[in-house]
Amino acid sequence: MKDIGSKLRGATDRGVEQAAAAAAGRLAARAADEHLLDVAYAFVDTPFGRFLIAGTSRGLVRLAFHPEPVEAVLNELSDRVSPRVLEAPSELDDVRRELDEYFEGERHEFDLPLDWRLMRRGFSERVLRATAKIPYGGVSTYRDVAARAGNPRAMRAAGNALGSNPLPIVVPCHRVVRTGGNVGNYGGGSDMKRALLQLEGALL
Amino acid sequence: MSLPPFQALLDAHRVDVYRFLVALVGAEEADDCFQETFLAALRAYPKLRDAANLRGWILTIAHRKAMDHHRSRVRRAEPVAEVPERTGRSIDLDGEPELWRAVRSLPPKQQTAVVARYVNDLPYRDIARITGGSEEAARRNASDGIAKLREVWTR
Repeated sequence: MKDIGSKLRGATDRGVEQAAAAAAGRLAARAADEHLLDVAYAFVDTPFGRFLIAGTSRGLVRLAFHPEPVEAVLNELSDRVSPRVLEAPSELDDVRRELDEYFEGERHEFDLPLDWRLMRRGFSERVLRATAKIPYGGVSTYRDVAARAGNPRAMRAAGNALGSNPLPIVVPCHRVVRTGGNVGNYGGGSDMKRALLQLEGALL
Repeated sequence: MSLPPFQALLDAHRVDVYRFLVALVGAEEADDCFQETFLAALRAYPKLRDAANLRGWILTIAHRKAMDHHRSRVRRAEPVAEVPERTGRSIDLDGEPELWRAVRSLPPKQQTAVVARYVNDLPYRDIARITGGSEEAARRNASDGIAKLREVWTR
């Protein structure tokens, strides 16, 4: 009995780990075919490090970068959109391509369907919708986006709304700066914000 | 209730599930059963009430798929007088094809109990959940299975 038990127990099968990884990699495509893939995500390498991108059937729903932890973002997607979350790079080819073009300075506008469901409602959403209209190469101020969202004095609330932006870069919250020239805060740090504005030619 | 993203479950349990299926249905069929298992899991996942034992849950589904597979193979084999021996590109566990063939010819409950206990190192409580029945019955199935293996597999 000991013999057979330990033989079964010691079944260390190098082939199985590889086969399991390959089979797991094929699952996302099957899941998408059967409409069981609610959130597809992937990683993109950029000049600012690795970005996490996630999409639903409606469009791009989330974009995240350092210092946001990957695990927290995936948990957020699981809780707030659907737990059917799988890594599926081929579902996000368009997003990856447009981001590449953007960072090479060749793309000035994103042509991607967006899923706004992770936006907070009300004032925040109005702030982000106003922000989405700021053109490439331009900037706006916190006061201005607050005003366009309906309350010019709610500058702090406008800042919070921008800080909660689930789709940075694509909804260009980096184009909102302080009155007086300081670029202000940014999720990825003010250096990143400055570099993005330089890339777009809005800052020297 | 808060469920981990499905990818986390897949990453954590894919090797366990694959190994379980190779032992139950063989290397050639394991891949199909693997896909069926995780697709069924994905289908049911949003409605899952208890995420405390995801490993037990996914292996229960894998077991069901393996049994479905056995049944459909029996059906397919019926009109044929002799089932051709499958040679298989073997990722057969541990290079002991004879032993694994013997495992797969055990009665279903013994087979499941032996594999779950010795290949996947599952506690009897979880094995009972997979096969249905008591923990004691699971223990007995495993030891009966091992006894039978010792009879047929003599080396």
